[in-house]
Amino acid sequence: MTLADLEKGSRARITAIRTASQSVQRLMIMGLVEGAELECLGASLGGDPLEFRLFGGAVSLRREDGRHFDVTPLNGNG
Amino acid sequence: MVSVAVPIDQVTVARGKTIALIGNPNSGKSTVFNRLTGLRQKTANYPGVTVEKRIGRLQLENSLVDLIDLPGTYSLSPGSDDERIAVEVLLGRVAGTPLPDAILAVVDVTRLYQGLYLLEQLAELDRPMVVALTMTDAAIRHHIQVDTEELSRRLGGAQVCTIIAPTGHGMPALHKALTNALSAEPGKHAGVSFWPKLREAATDIAAQIGDLDAADLTIIEIERALIDNDQSAREKLAAALGDGAETIVENTRKQLCGEEPPLAAEARARYRWIQEVLPSIQTSTPRQTRLGTTIVDWINRPFPATLLFLLLMAVVFQAVFAWATPLMNLIDAGTSALGGLVAATLPEGMLSSLIADGIIAGVGSVIIFLPQILILFLFIIVMEDTGYLARAAFLVDRAMRSVGLSGQSVIPLLSSFACAVPAIMATRVIPNRRDRIATILAAPFMTCSARLPVYALLIAAFVPNSSVGPLNLQGVVLFGLYMLGVFGGLTTAFMLKRTALKGPKPAFVLALPEFHIPNPRTVLMKLLDRARVFLRRAGTVIFTVAVIVWALAYFPRSADIESQRQVAESQAIATLAGEPLEAAIADIENEAAAAHLAQSWLGRAGRFVEPVFLPLGWDWRVSAAVIAGFPAREVVVAVLGTIYAVGAEAEEATLAERLSAAQWPDGSPIYTLPMVLGLLVFYAWCLQCAATLAIIKRETNSWRWPIFAWSYMTSAGYLGALMLFQLGTA
Repeated sequence: MTLADLEKGSRARITAIRTASQSVQRLMIMGLVEGAELECLGASLGGDPLEFRLFGGAVSLRREDGRHFDVTPLNGNG
Repeated sequence: MVSVAVPIDQVTVARGKTIALIGNPNSGKSTVFNRLTGLRQKTANYPGVTVEKRIGRLQLENSLVDLIDLPGTYSLSPGSDDERIAVEVLLGRVAGTPLPDAILAVVDVTRLYQGLYLLEQLAELDRPMVVALTMTDAAIRHHIQVDTEELSRRLGGAQVCTIIAPTGHGMPALHKALTNALSAEPGKHAGVSFWPKLREAATDIAAQIGDLDAADLTIIEIERALIDNDQSAREKLAAALGDGAETIVENTRKQLCGEEPPLAAEARARYRWIQEVLPSIQTSTPRQTRLGTTIVDWINRPFPATLLFLLLMAVVFQAVFAWATPLMNLIDAGTSALGGLVAATLPEGMLSSLIADGIIAGVGSVIIFLPQILILFLFIIVMEDTGYLARAAFLVDRAMRSVGLSGQSVIPLLSSFACAVPAIMATRVIPNRRDRIATILAAPFMTCSARLPVYALLIAAFVPNSSVGPLNLQGVVLFGLYMLGVFGGLTTAFMLKRTALKGPKPAFVLALPEFHIPNPRTVLMKLLDRARVFLRRAGTVIFTVAVIVWALAYFPRSADIESQRQVAESQAIATLAGEPLEAAIADIENEAAAAHLAQSWLGRAGRFVEPVFLPLGWDWRVSAAVIAGFPAREVVVAVLGTIYAVGAEAEEATLAERLSAAQWPDGSPIYTLPMVLGLLVFYAWCLQCAATLAIIKRETNSWRWPIFAWSYMTSAGYLGALMLFQLGTA
């Protein structure tokens, strides 16, 4: 499962990243690294880009970049 | 706040120290900058790039210090020109900007997780550092608490201050911390590293070089060379290590990062530290669901967000056109009155004409744009400072991607429907240079307010006021012209991104800041700064070309026309009186003005280029008016008024009547429907605006793009007009 597959409102932890693309590396600088927990806040007009909450801040990324981040879903609303 | 009476250039300091101000985008950095420096700031460009250099003077306890406001960045690994400059200044590599004596880092408390990344890298720079944590409304609402002592300890001794952004609470402590930082012994914080393996690797390389000072290198530069392919550091490494430099760097990198890209390895290493220390620095109570948050969450859903976006744009346009129009009319009336006064007071002749029609009209044509431009800038700045700009970019990103741009291009492009000048200046929010240039070149196609008078005149005169189904034909044509502009602009961007501006897909990463109320002071400072840039860059150009066009239309002066006019006027005086006399005199003067213009350099130029425009169905009069309009398109209406002897300020209807009556020597009408539609297309696509050209030059830092834009758009307009006329007449 990747970031691109998350439902709105669900939470997940990043487990692995395919780091080849520039966009992915920039997202990592913004804190999307292994171990980071995100909440999917939804998608924009037409289903793309996606918005995530990460440690209080909100970050947006395109669906195609989201596919490079493997995640495990976290249960509950903790 | 300190007094602002001393002009910045006249302030002298014994030994000016420099503090670099840096922080994440939207961290409240500009507010801190404005609070620290007040009005004592100036802007310039860094040499060779179009990045704004903002410097302010800061009064500390016993010294006056330069504060350099660096572009916002998340890291010292540059991803854009802006970020590259921030890094170069911090490393003391920019000509004309000294190595900063201290660093002031601004971090938004709600985004400490991301802010710590930059703080790690800054702390490693070995400069005295002050961290200003800005507490936004959101931070207060969420009860975010930061253990500043722990943060200071973790960062290796940097001073940490807290600032309440809306009130400015905490500024005195910040002043004190900066004073301390400047008197700190250099090297006091030496040796901090948050990624020890990188430091070890760099130290190993340093050991192979031996004398770092002789090689003009620092440990930090070696580290940047290992991570970022930093050009200047790699050259110096190559010079110090000889031919083996490449291999050494490659091998060290492989040891450090394995097969991963160095940036990814660095992000992992640094965030490992952040994830470890953050819990001991920051505590926050869980988010509470409040009415405010609920509303914001709802507004961020696609459908309400789209509605809000459309509504906001409608308000912006309403404001730009409705609020600015009375002011513009006032300015217009003011300049006309002043010109009339000069014409009445001074003896008739060149001087009077130069002052009234050249200088006053020239200044007038600069300030007449100010109301619109300032209103538009105000909206852009407020959208930026509330965080809405990022929201809008997020909303339309997908749509903009279909023409090869990203969401960040949308506000500049929409702004160009009012005026391309502020729109092009607003493209600085686009981090990718190729996207930015494509947007700059698409912007002048959008139907700006200066095109409207031309459209209005030609449509009212030549497009029948009839219905097409439920629609009005004139309205349909006007709408078509707007669409033509959009089509031209988007096609241009699309084609450029596939050819001249082709390149790797730019990284798209958008931080979405929480909505917050902008600081009025910061907004005002930014607005004043934009107005200054407009007056200096565009204003001087508009003024100069206005005077040149005046000269072209005035010289050479024919004595014959003057004596004929005097004869005609004395005849009229002898035979008429009262209103008929006034009307007759006005006619005679308009005829004389038309005759003068016909044999002026401008009129001759119109005849000279007539063959070029003949295939478009234009006679020399239209050609002359179009030439006069190249510096500023709205001039065309006034020039047509003079050429057709109804006066430069004739009523639209009077002029329209004259245009319809205009004939070729063989008696056929000049302004046929295909010709008029062609002329409209020409105006839709042609870049007749010296101010836009001047701003493109400023924003791309080269003459190449304004020259390209001008030639390309002129050809597009010409071909469009040619096709319409030829097809329509055939």
